[in-house]
Amino acid sequence: MEKIPILKLGKLLLVTIQVDLYDHLAESLEADLVHMINKTGAQGVLIDISAVSIIDSFMGRIIGNIATMSKVLDAETVVVGMQPAVAITLVELGLPLHGVLSALNVEKGMILLQEKIHLNDNGFATEVDGDT
Amino acid sequence: MVILNKERMQLVREIDVIPFRNRLKEMATKIGMGILNQTKLITAASELARNMLKYAQGGIVNIEVVSKGRENGIRLVFSDNGPGIADIKLAMKDGFSSGKSLGLGLPGTKRLVSEFNIESEVGKGTTVTVIKWKNG
Repeated sequence: MEKIPILKLGKLLLVTIQVDLYDHLAESLEADLVHMINKTGAQGVLIDISAVSIIDSFMGRIIGNIATMSKVLDAETVVVGMQPAVAITLVELGLPLHGVLSALNVEKGMILLQEKIHLNDNGFATEVDGDT
Repeated sequence: MVILNKERMQLVREIDVIPFRNRLKEMATKIGMGILNQTKLITAASELARNMLKYAQGGIVNIEVVSKGRENGIRLVFSDNGPGIADIKLAMKDGFSSGKSLGLGLPGTKRLVSEFNIESEVGKGTTVTVIKWKNG
């Protein structure tokens, strides 16, 4: 079965969606990501959707779910590289993805995530290291 | 309105949506539809295909290249033999959903296309027709 790979990069998880999404694939990505956050103790998730040309309400909802679930597991999600036509279509469809952080490209997304994670480190002394 | 080209596809499984979307993209590109209108059309088609798969276990979609005056466009006719919709007015209201979706399916879809028509009979099925004009 087709799967979207999830790469671990230090405290971050990187997902680059290079294929056309369909419901089952999006659902399995959601499950895999939550599992990976739990397993690796990742504090940030970066999802690159620059190659995704269509996001409809179901896939939009999955992206929202991933962000919410990550948050519950103490990880921030940033969606990067959304195509302008996709952004316009999502808003017109009525799905503005409230609560999902976004950045223009992977580089800016990384910076945003690092800032977020850094803030968390300062704010909470009880940071758990997943490796020990 | 003149129909210039007509194709028929069966949507029975979730994965059938991908070749359907690809074919739609090819046809929209062929008539010179811009990327934004293409994205809107394909997103709307994706919503309607999902509805058909979810509520009616699939159905048939006709993809047509149509022409009216100087304007070309794509018309999609989704027909199924599903349970039908009892109250179309209610189904077209923002925020209403009988399934597990967000409830922006039908009204959201309508906003993405140039023309939208839905006919349904309980126990018989539903036909949804949408048109996206090239510059509409």
